[in-house]
Amino acid sequence: MRFLNRSVGRLSRHRRRPLAGLVLLLLGLLLTGGLYSAFAPATASTASDNEELVAEGRELFLVGCAFCHGQNGEGVSTVNGNWLGPTLAGVGAAAVDFQVGTGRMPMAQPGAQNPTKPISYDQGEIDALAAYVASLAPGPAVPDPSDYSLAGLSSDEREEAIARGGQIFLTNCTACHNYAGKGGAMPRGGYAPNLSDTSAKHIYEALLTGPGQMDSFSNGNLSPEEKRDVIAYLYSLREQPAYGGFTFGSLGPVGEGLLAWVIGVGALVAIATWIAAHTARSNKKKGAAA
Amino acid sequence: MSIDTSKVATSNSSAALADKPNRVGAAANWADERLGLASLAKKNLRKVFPDHWSFMLGEIALWSFVVLLLSGVFLTLWYDPTMAEVHYEGSYAQLRGIEMSGAYASALHLSFDVRGGLLMRQMHHWAAMLFIASMMIHLLRVFFTGAHRKPREMNWVIGCLLLILGTLEGFTGYSLPDDLLSGTGIRAADGFMKASPVIGSYMSFFLFGGEFPGTHIIPRLYVVHILLIPGLLLALITAHMLLLVYHKHTQWAGPGRTEQNVVGFPMLPVYAAKAGGFFFIVFGVCALMGGLFTINGVWLYGPYDPSKVTAGSQPDWYMGWPDGALRIMPGIETHIFGHTISWNVMLPILVLPIVMFLVLMVLPFIEAWITGDKRDHHILQRPRNAPTRTAFMVALMTMYGLFWAAGGNDIIAIKLHLSINQITYFMRVAVFVGPVIAFIITKRWCISLQRKDQEDLLHGYETGIIMRSPEGGYSERHLPLSPDRAYVLAAQDRDPDVIAELEAGPSGPDGNGVEPKTGIAGKLEGVRQRLRLAMYADNVQKPTREELEAAHHHAEHEHELQAGAEGHAADGHQFDGHHSVEDDRLRADD
Repeated sequence: MRFLNRSVGRLSRHRRRPLAGLVLLLLGLLLTGGLYSAFAPATASTASDNEELVAEGRELFLVGCAFCHGQNGEGVSTVNGNWLGPTLAGVGAAAVDFQVGTGRMPMAQPGAQNPTKPISYDQGEIDALAAYVASLAPGPAVPDPSDYSLAGLSSDEREEAIARGGQIFLTNCTACHNYAGKGGAMPRGGYAPNLSDTSAKHIYEALLTGPGQMDSFSNGNLSPEEKRDVIAYLYSLREQPAYGGFTFGSLGPVGEGLLAWVIGVGALVAIATWIAAHTARSNKKKGAAA
Repeated sequence: MSIDTSKVATSNSSAALADKPNRVGAAANWADERLGLASLAKKNLRKVFPDHWSFMLGEIALWSFVVLLLSGVFLTLWYDPTMAEVHYEGSYAQLRGIEMSGAYASALHLSFDVRGGLLMRQMHHWAAMLFIASMMIHLLRVFFTGAHRKPREMNWVIGCLLLILGTLEGFTGYSLPDDLLSGTGIRAADGFMKASPVIGSYMSFFLFGGEFPGTHIIPRLYVVHILLIPGLLLALITAHMLLLVYHKHTQWAGPGRTEQNVVGFPMLPVYAAKAGGFFFIVFGVCALMGGLFTINGVWLYGPYDPSKVTAGSQPDWYMGWPDGALRIMPGIETHIFGHTISWNVMLPILVLPIVMFLVLMVLPFIEAWITGDKRDHHILQRPRNAPTRTAFMVALMTMYGLFWAAGGNDIIAIKLHLSINQITYFMRVAVFVGPVIAFIITKRWCISLQRKDQEDLLHGYETGIIMRSPEGGYSERHLPLSPDRAYVLAAQDRDPDVIAELEAGPSGPDGNGVEPKTGIAGKLEGVRQRLRLAMYADNVQKPTREELEAAHHHAEHEHELQAGAEGHAADGHQFDGHHSVEDDRLRADD
């Protein structure tokens, strides 16, 4: 303000009145606003919609999220210096849509990892929350369905995309999520969740935002097409038949060993008992007695 | 010399004619004249097998091995052990166009483009699981019943070798498809080899023909898997079964069964049918499992690439326990003269399995040394009658089971919502404490069961009938065991009286004038005596003849005392489902 005041003063030494700077500022703002409304006619109504959405989101935020994340999403730290809830500036709408849309947030209790639960908000409320959090600072937006759709690709291109996605998945994801996306253990009670029922949008958002212990795969790291291919591969696994029969969770050799012992050895020992219990002469004796 | 005339025909109505030989007889005769099979067959076709379910556990292993041979031959027709790079163009769309080894491509080809190929692959894999599992339960049966005692110690050792070879055969087998999981296993094996001091890196370079993975390992494992180890397995199985025939089968104690005979059914026709039928059942179970349950879906793992790994990377179950030891081992390393000794890998993976297998192999010899028993044993012991031995094996099983569970720590963590770290800390203690607890519980349990047997022998079994005396006191009616049952309970040998031996002391020559040993031999003898004491001291001995007679006398006396109550209705105890109650009323005064 002082700077403005001084520069205006330099321009017009005759009008060094105390309120001149302020008047000029108001004029400038009026001009900017006028130009904006003149040159951006289409978004004018969306902007006011968005403002409403942000306001609605803030209301919801204050009720459901602010206890841990702070009144303005700045985060709340505990006396030990840990986060009760981390700051949400910059996490973007995608993180909110993922965390709230899968029921991970709001968290029921602190723990090793927040599990998925029945979802607490409807999609409209989630969008409002996302809009509010996105308004705090720039961050990844909720992906558009066209981002992860294979529509528009020929069948050959689709097949290539799926095969490519499979290799990306095996390189980057299986170490935690298991070869069939069935999940795996992480240190200290954490886990990489089973991906069998995760929607394409949420997989995409998880890749973008890297929730929990997961790495984030930004678009520079894993291009949107590559993300789409990974999702297509995971969906192809869901659609393909279980070629070998019942899989019992596809968790690898531990489950198979359990099955071999319980069903295989169990059945064979039961049959051995049956064979040994039926001695050869039992019928003869019955015949002799009759 | 008198002639038994009972079988001679009494009538002479038709002339005795030589039977016209039928075709089967003629063929048998032709073969016998050239191969001399008749005398061999005459004896062995009548080989006697006693009936007990637990005697058929080894048979599961035998028949699953046959299934392995049959399905394995099928697999060799299509499997191609090459590490040459190819682009997959088969039926499995998700991997089409991907670079992979020829071995993996042929495993995919077998799974998706060969008729019945996936079924055969899965049957082969399930049969392998069952082969080793049934060897283990067979081993446990043999040990728990004392069938490893003289004269069968060498067969025990052969059995242990079969178990080791079966495990190695399994490892080489599941390494062949060259998928992500099998490659991870080979990489781990490479690391284990390199963890052995001095020779480790040389061993690894020798096996892989250079640095891991190279292009030699798959063809080499293939030769080991389909030629070397199966040959050894076949030879050892043959030896195992020849010794089985030579020693004859063990049997449970019972009336008419002695150390000199075997009571059971002959090979032909009974056991040929039972065992032959069992083969088809084992084959059928393998086929059902192969047809219904996915095992090692290699298409999901993708081709091996050293930069990739998957969660849930475990070996097959029989390699799981050293893997578990590896998982819970604290990271201890020593650096000497610029070399690292990785105790954290060497101890759990190289030292522990070798020690465990050595312990397993020498168990019969250690037991024979402690007991000093030089007699042949063909009658089996009930596990309770050798409490220390039973408890020792249960302790080993507990240790094995805990290591095994540790090998699945990540799966346990996600399935039971536990922390993998907490499981690991728990297991680090449990593998040492658990076996001790299991030993104590099992030993006391066995001794309690022995007491129960003694009680039954002396006082009869509990009938569940409660008698009320005229004075108003209640007592349970005991009835004597059937003679057969009593025979079985009393058939066990009496243990050596170690307490008396100890009291007699080793000082001076014994009854046979043998001087006590001195020096190291004397010290060893001292150890042996202490082990003997620990082995036998708490066991319950079967009652002596005098004790039994006194107990029967006492029982008779008691029955006399209760004679007054005989004939009176005892308030409904006859309505127990075992008695005819047609004319009975619930009360005498009804």
